[in-house]
Amino acid sequence: MSTSSNESPAVSGLDYDDTALTLALPGSSPNDRKPAVGWPPVRAYRRNALREEGACKLVKVAVDGAPYLRKVDLAAHGGYEALLRALYGMFAPCLAVVRGDGELGCRLLDAGTGAEYVPTYEDRDGDWMLVGDVPWKMFVESCKRIRLMKTSESASLAPSPSSQR
Amino acid sequence: MTYFPEEVVEHIFSFLPAQRDRNAVSLVCKVWYEVERLSRRHVFVGNCYAVRPDRVVLRFPNVRALSVKGKPHFADFNLVPPDWGGYAGPWIEAAARGCVGLEELRMKRMVVSDESLELLAKSFPRFRALILVSCEGFSTDGLAAIASHCKLLRELDLQENEVDDRGPRWLSCFPDSCTSLASLNFACIKGEVNAGALERLVARSPNLRSLRLNRSVSVDTLSKILMRTPNLEDLGTGNLTEDFQTESYQRLTVALEKCKMLKSLSGFWDASPLCVPCIYPVCAQLTGLNLSYAPTLESSDLTKMISHCVKLQRLWVLDCIADKGLQVVASTCKDLQELRVFPSEFYIAGYSPVTEEGLVAISAGCPKLSSLLYFCHQMTNAALITIAKNCPNFTRFRLCILEPGKPDAMTNQPLDEGFGAIVRECEGLRRLSISGLLTDKVFMHIGRHAKQLEMLSIAFAGDSDAGMMHVMEGCKNLRKLEIRDSPFGDAALLGNVAKYETMRSLWMSSCTVTEKGCQVLASKMPMLNVEVINEVDESSEMDESHGGLPKVHKLYVYRTIAGPRDDAPDFVKIL
Repeated sequence: MSTSSNESPAVSGLDYDDTALTLALPGSSPNDRKPAVGWPPVRAYRRNALREEGACKLVKVAVDGAPYLRKVDLAAHGGYEALLRALYGMFAPCLAVVRGDGELGCRLLDAGTGAEYVPTYEDRDGDWMLVGDVPWKMFVESCKRIRLMKTSESASLAPSPSSQR
Repeated sequence: MTYFPEEVVEHIFSFLPAQRDRNAVSLVCKVWYEVERLSRRHVFVGNCYAVRPDRVVLRFPNVRALSVKGKPHFADFNLVPPDWGGYAGPWIEAAARGCVGLEELRMKRMVVSDESLELLAKSFPRFRALILVSCEGFSTDGLAAIASHCKLLRELDLQENEVDDRGPRWLSCFPDSCTSLASLNFACIKGEVNAGALERLVARSPNLRSLRLNRSVSVDTLSKILMRTPNLEDLGTGNLTEDFQTESYQRLTVALEKCKMLKSLSGFWDASPLCVPCIYPVCAQLTGLNLSYAPTLESSDLTKMISHCVKLQRLWVLDCIADKGLQVVASTCKDLQELRVFPSEFYIAGYSPVTEEGLVAISAGCPKLSSLLYFCHQMTNAALITIAKNCPNFTRFRLCILEPGKPDAMTNQPLDEGFGAIVRECEGLRRLSISGLLTDKVFMHIGRHAKQLEMLSIAFAGDSDAGMMHVMEGCKNLRKLEIRDSPFGDAALLGNVAKYETMRSLWMSSCTVTEKGCQVLASKMPMLNVEVINEVDESSEMDESHGGLPKVHKLYVYRTIAGPRDDAPDFVKIL
C-alpha cells in the first residue's frame, strides 16, 4: 500500500498527506450525498466512546526528526501551555521543555541539541500558521494538524495576524 | 425408558445441558415432556417476540437462568428506529409471577426500565446474576435497586449499555452485608463513582474475580483496589491518562505484579502512551487484551506491549496498530484464537492504516485463529485465498472493507473468489460478514460450500435476486440472514418461503422488496411475523416505485408462535 505524496517536504519520511484530515465520504468526493447510515458497521456505543462527551478533537502531531506521529486531543487541554506540556510528554525522549514568555508559556527544545522547535499548525484553509497567534478556542476550532518545526524551516510560514513575532 | 421412575429420567436428562438436546427429548412422549420441562434450568430465547413470556414461564416454572434477546443485530448500527420494541418488562413481570426461583437473567439489545429492574430486585430471593448487553432505557437508579435488594448478588455485568447517569449513589447501595460479589462490570457508566464506596465494596468481596471499572476511576484508586484483589482474573482499568504522576503509576505496577491470576485486561480509556510500561509485568500471563478504546496509542506503543504477550488468545485493538504492528502480533501471539481490529476514524474516506497485508501476516503466524472481525481499507483475492489456506479453522469471519463496493486493490476485480476460498477451506464456518465489490458469484460459492453457516451479513453486494436465492437454497443451517443496500427483491424474498420457518430471522433494508411481495409472504406463511418498518423521514429516493409498487425501506421477518405483537409502534406494520 502506498500513499501518494505530491510535494513531500524534505523531512524524515513523514508523509504529510497522511496527516491531512479530510471529511471526504466513502468512495466519493466531498460535497457529495451524505454517508450511508450505520456504515461502517460499528456499534453506536463504540463510536460514542471513542469520541467522548464534550467532543474530543484528535489531531495528528508531527515532530521534525521524530520517526512517528502522535495524536493529541485538543479538547482535553485548557490552553496553549497545557497543550505544549502534553506534547512534551508524548515525545519526551526527543524534547525538552523550558519556561518561556508570550502566549505559549513555555518553549519546546530538542533534547539533544537544544535547538528550538516552533509549534505550527495547519488551519481549515490549508495554511500553516504559528501556534499561539489566535485565541485558544479559535485555534481548537480551526486546527487540523500540528507540526513541531525546526526553526530553520519556519521562516517560510504565512505571516501571522498579530504584529509581534 | 418409560418404565423408569421419573427421578431416573430426570437424572439422565441432567447430562443434557444443551437446549437443543433438551428440546429434542421433550418431543419423545408426554412423560418425557413433563419431566424435561420441570427440570429445565436454563432457557434461551433468541428472539423475544418468537414466544410469549407467559408461555415460557408456564412451561418451565423451575428455570434458574433465563436469557432473552430483543432487537435485530442491525440495531447496533442505528438501522432500527428507536421505540421499535424489545421491551424487557413483560419478561420480568412474567418471571416474577411464574418462576420465583430465578437466579440469573441475561438480556441483549432490549429496552429495560428502572421499574423493571426494581421489580427484578424485589421478586427473586435467590437472584444472583444480572448481565445486560447493549441494552437501554434504564438509569443508575435501577442499578441502585439491584444493589440494595439482591442480597446474594454474585454478578453484575453491564456491557456497552446506554445508561442514564443519575449520580454515584448506586454503588453505595450495596449493603455492608453484601460480600458475595464475584464479578462487577460498570465500564459503560459514564459518570463518577464514589472511590471510597468502591474500595470498601472491593474490600468486603473476597470472591471478586472480575472487575471492570469506568473512566472516572483514577490510577490511585485502581492501585489501592488491586492491592486488595490479588486473585483477580479479569480487570478493566479506569482512567489512564494522568500526566507524569509517576508515583501513582509505580504503585499501580507494584499492585499489578501481585495479581498472579490476572488473565484478561481491558479498559485503557484514552490511555496515554506513558502508562503502557506499567502494564508490562502482567503481559506475559495475559490470555485476553482489549486495547480498542485507546485511540492515542500508536503502533509502536501497542507493539511494545503486545511483544510481551506470548500467551494471548484474544486481542481487540484499533487499526492504529497498522500492518507492521499486526506482524508483531503474528510473530508473538502463537496461541491467538480471536482477533478484532476496529477502525479508529469513521469519517475519513475509507482510509485505515490496516490492509490485507496485516491479515495475511496474522494468518501465517497464528494458525489457531478461529474468530475474526477486521476493518480495513482494502483487500485482495490473493490475500483472502492465502488466509483461507493458512487458517482453515475459522468459525467466525467478518471482514469489513470501509469503502462500500470496493474491488480487489490489485486487480480491480470483485472479491468473489477470495470469499469463495474462505467458505471452501473453512468447513466449520458458522458466521460470515462480507464486504467490498461482490457479484452473485460469491453467493453461489456460499450456497455451495458454507454448509455450517448460521449467520450471514451482506451489505452493498450482489447483482440480482439469484444471489440471495443461492444462499437460501444452499445454506442448510442458516438461522440469521441480514442484508442491507443490495439488489434483492420479491423474487428472492419469495423464492423459498418454507425456509423462514427454519430460521430465526431475516432482515432486509434498502433492498428492492415491495410491499406486495411482503404481503404475499405473510399470507403464505402465517407462522411468521412480517414487519415492514417505514420511517417518515427517510430520503425521498427510497419512495421511488419499483415496477409500479412502493419499495419497502426495512423488512424484518421472524418465525413466532406468539402471533403479531401488540407493542409495535406506528411506523411498524405487521402484515
